[in-house]
Amino acid sequence: MRANDSNQGAAAALQHHFANLEQQRETATLGMWVFLLTEVMFFGGMFAGYLIYRVAYPAVFIAGSRRMEFWAGTANTVILLTSSLTMVLGVWAAQVGRRKLLVLFLVLTLLFGIGFLGIKAYEYHHHWLDHNVPGPSFQWLDSQGQPAPDAREAQIFFSLYFAMTGFHALHMVIGLGLVSFILYHALRGSYSPAYHTPVENVGLYWHFVDIVWIFLYPLLYLISKRHG
Amino acid sequence: MSEAIVSRRKYVIIWAALLVLTALTATVSEIELGGFNAPVAMAIACTKALLVALVFMHLRYERSKIVIVWAIAGLFWLLILFLLSLTDYLTRGYMNIPGR
Repeated sequence: MRANDSNQGAAAALQHHFANLEQQRETATLGMWVFLLTEVMFFGGMFAGYLIYRVAYPAVFIAGSRRMEFWAGTANTVILLTSSLTMVLGVWAAQVGRRKLLVLFLVLTLLFGIGFLGIKAYEYHHHWLDHNVPGPSFQWLDSQGQPAPDAREAQIFFSLYFAMTGFHALHMVIGLGLVSFILYHALRGSYSPAYHTPVENVGLYWHFVDIVWIFLYPLLYLISKRHG
Repeated sequence: MSEAIVSRRKYVIIWAALLVLTALTATVSEIELGGFNAPVAMAIACTKALLVALVFMHLRYERSKIVIVWAIAGLFWLLILFLLSLTDYLTRGYMNIPGR
């Protein structure tokens, strides 16, 4: 099935139930967007939950946001935006058939993704040490060091925080797997200007995960800034 | 192939714009805008998301109209979810009905 010549490779990539590669590509792109729509619904539910509880308990969301590390969230935003740039440049390299550049950009995307997860793991460790993980060991103290009356509401904030960033991090892990998969095939020379749909669609997924973080960043890290 | 090939320069410009917007939203969040902080932060986030969707995700160059329709459907569905949820939760106190 796998041929070194790009035309032969493209012919091998064409599934028998499509008229031509063009139709196959359009179908795959539409399928990817339909999948991303289900992802919009998945994350949308959590964002709606966040919205409703933030309207209900604005003060505790500000107090909870104060426990976030501003530099970590900002660094991760920059890292993720940059990984989106390297990903889209990888798609470009695949489109014009620059295999070495494609491999380079995919490796860079992987490194940025791992860096993001590293900072996220550091943050989670911090929340764990601060007893900010919802559950029996959750601690929420007022300024005098006494248990604060709004501990239940604070647990809601941290539950939302861990659910949203946790599922986002899970999507990052899956994204790393997908990028590794296309990196393997890029190294084997499976992609050509005529056929590189997997690179494009993994790119769409990666950018979608980036967009989720674009909204998580101000909602979780920035709401407490002006309150000291 | 009919897919559009966008120049590398354009991608780098969009990336730079995204970083500038990130710096802007981080800076603006320190300034008291009296109730407008959240709308401004969300407006900047929506602008960033739009830049990513239009250029990085190639929506601006997409020739298949049905893909555009799906993308807009996602946006529209989110609007229904957020707006109709809030019309409930924001107006519960209005009627002075006990238990609501």
